[in-house]
Amino acid sequence: MNRFKDAEHLVRVAAVFLVGVTLFLCFRAWFVPKSFGEYGHYRGDSIAEVAALPIVHAGHETCEVCHQDVFELKKAGKHAGVNCEACHGPQAKHADDPGSVKPVLPDTAVLCARCHEANSAKPKWFPAVVTAEHSQGLPCNTCHTPHSPHIGDAPAAKEEKK
Amino acid sequence: MNMNRRFFITLTGAAAIAWEHVLAGAPEASPNYKMADHWWAMLIDVDKCIGCGNCVRACSVENNVPEGFFRTWIERYQVDDMHIEDPLVDSPQGGMHGFPQRAPGTGLTGNSVKEFFVPKLCNHCADSPCTQVCPVGATFTTPDGVVLVDEKYCLGCRYCVQACPYGCRFIHPEKNVAQKCTLCYHRITKGLTTACCEACPTGSRQLADLKNPKDPIHEFMKLHSVQVLKPQMATGAKAFYANLDGSVR
Repeated sequence: MNRFKDAEHLVRVAAVFLVGVTLFLCFRAWFVPKSFGEYGHYRGDSIAEVAALPIVHAGHETCEVCHQDVFELKKAGKHAGVNCEACHGPQAKHADDPGSVKPVLPDTAVLCARCHEANSAKPKWFPAVVTAEHSQGLPCNTCHTPHSPHIGDAPAAKEEKK
Repeated sequence: MNMNRRFFITLTGAAAIAWEHVLAGAPEASPNYKMADHWWAMLIDVDKCIGCGNCVRACSVENNVPEGFFRTWIERYQVDDMHIEDPLVDSPQGGMHGFPQRAPGTGLTGNSVKEFFVPKLCNHCADSPCTQVCPVGATFTTPDGVVLVDEKYCLGCRYCVQACPYGCRFIHPEKNVAQKCTLCYHRITKGLTTACCEACPTGSRQLADLKNPKDPIHEFMKLHSVQVLKPQMATGAKAFYANLDGSVR
């Protein structure tokens, strides 16, 4: 094999190249997470990491397990479609430990006005009042039951407050 | 227990696999949730939005959103019929505390001015510009159609913040990573709706699963006109708006 007599320098270059490629593959295997590329050009495990974040709002299905009475009352009234945590705030902690974590009863003078304060940008079908004229700062549950808000239920409002 | 050799060897193999899982620190996946069975979207009826800010507050608490930043927000539009191309838009605190009635004489005035609220959030685009510009693969569309950020991989380079045509991304001031609406991925994978939909009192927002034939979105889309924001961008946006005015950007 006379032809390769003076090819030692080529072998050296090839060896260096081989070592380089091997090192690159080793580093790559070490640094790129296993799940990278599982679904696309990203770390597949990060989907599960986002899915594992803690839940803060329990969801009305959870509330209804214990508060069936409120659910029944609400079902018949105008607030049937308003979920519990829309007014009572996030209650996952209360749902996890109902004994020690007690929700704070909202102040209806503030709470109801968030939705029902008159505003020219609100859709015309939505019932709204200027609270300063309508109730002069009185809490709304003086006359209305929040869970079933028509006026006729006023005594029930007091019942519920207890 | 009847322990023979075959059973013992099977058990060791299973334990080895389980132990590898524990070592990898892989978080517990939602049981019975198959990504291939879902294609998530959101339906927003503009005519039902009353601008109460419940969705913004619920989102902030659910996702621990830093103060002054918003993963969802509400805009108030004022449109004059002579200048529909130039609406007046405001969103005080993202609409988090509602919208005070404008003082008389401020904003656009006149009998022909109309006003309405538009809730906004990430459109979870099927061909999202934000995921295409990420240089490190830290943001992506999941197989079930939700655009997420991998906070461990994000460099905070801000490319995606600039690429989003809807302004839905921000850089977390302390973590220095991009953040955005996850469509409450931690909730929807467990059968719950998103925090904003849970808190919306009028049903203006509806989480929708386009791959679920029983989802009411199919009936709604069949009977109503819906549109997406900036359709000319061809982003494959999946936040569908009903009763949307043409002046909304």
